[in-house]
Amino acid sequence: MLNGMALLLFCQLCGEALVRLSGWPVPGPVIGMLLLFLWLRYRGRSSHDLDLTADGLLKYLALLFVPAGVGVMVYFDALGGIWLKLGVTLLASAVITLVVTGWTMQWLLRRRQREHHDGI
Amino acid sequence: MAFDSFWVYLAASPLWWLTLTILTYLAAQKVFLKSGSPALLNPVAVSIVALIALLELSRTSYEAYFAGAQFLHFLLGPATVALAVPLFRQMARLRAIWFPVTVSLAVGVLTGAFSAVGIGYALGLDRTTLLSLAPKSVTTPVAMGISEVLGGIPAMTAAFVVFTGITGAVIGLRVLKAAGVTDESAVGTAMGVTAHGVGTARAFEVHPVSGAFAGLAMALAAFLTALMLPPLFEWMGWC
Repeated sequence: MLNGMALLLFCQLCGEALVRLSGWPVPGPVIGMLLLFLWLRYRGRSSHDLDLTADGLLKYLALLFVPAGVGVMVYFDALGGIWLKLGVTLLASAVITLVVTGWTMQWLLRRRQREHHDGI
Repeated sequence: MAFDSFWVYLAASPLWWLTLTILTYLAAQKVFLKSGSPALLNPVAVSIVALIALLELSRTSYEAYFAGAQFLHFLLGPATVALAVPLFRQMARLRAIWFPVTVSLAVGVLTGAFSAVGIGYALGLDRTTLLSLAPKSVTTPVAMGISEVLGGIPAMTAAFVVFTGITGAVIGLRVLKAAGVTDESAVGTAMGVTAHGVGTARAFEVHPVSGAFAGLAMALAAFLTALMLPPLFEWMGWC
């Protein structure tokens, strides 16, 4: 597992370094994810050790959100007056995003199917 | 007296809140599984509510709590990098329908961010709150990073992300069914792009294909949002 963890941290470190050096407004770990993906593509396969570490971390991904989520208590006073507006915004946005994404994907897939049927 | 000094020691030690965070989550997960996985008893939401209640009751500041919990928080970085692994595993499937997936994801990512900012703006929310709302559909570590870059408040974004994830998991499948979205890969993509990990977990419960696409959508949406949102907002003069 140590090899896998070292690889993840190394990719994150390279990602952070690239972001700092380029001034590109993207989180370092996201670039780290891209670097790891490119490395896996180049190598053609993952390693047992990396699989073990990645699956272990991602299995408890939800737990890792908890410390940040508890941080909302700091903003109780600030959010207290606008919680209803925030709730409406987040709920409406979720519904719109679900429907628009679902429709787009289904439309594109069906169009593709039709084209295949027509022999194009 | 002895207990008092022991409590003073414990409360000041990072060990106490770190252990309690993990135990709370494990208990919440057990209750969730034992009660038939009702979406409303989402373990993340239950843990956060329980821990906030404990902190308020013991008059502990968030800083004191975070001194312990930061060790878990730190793992979000490597966990984000680790998302490359399931993405790599889905390579064959992704290659087959990369065009519909990529277009739908780009549409979904932009719809998620701009609908939230637009509705929030119409309701009169302030600028910092709007910037914190923009990345609410992507997985927490990425959303917090984007929020920071945009000039929002990462902790506030984390709360919005968790709320969005739980909302998407609770209503998502019903909304998609009502809208006539029946294709499993389309259902999965919509769940992943809207409600990140929590939506992905829900999608896996109904269909393996939906789950796989939700996972793929979650990872790619995180990446697309991080790539598109900051430059786009900068260009529009919003941050």
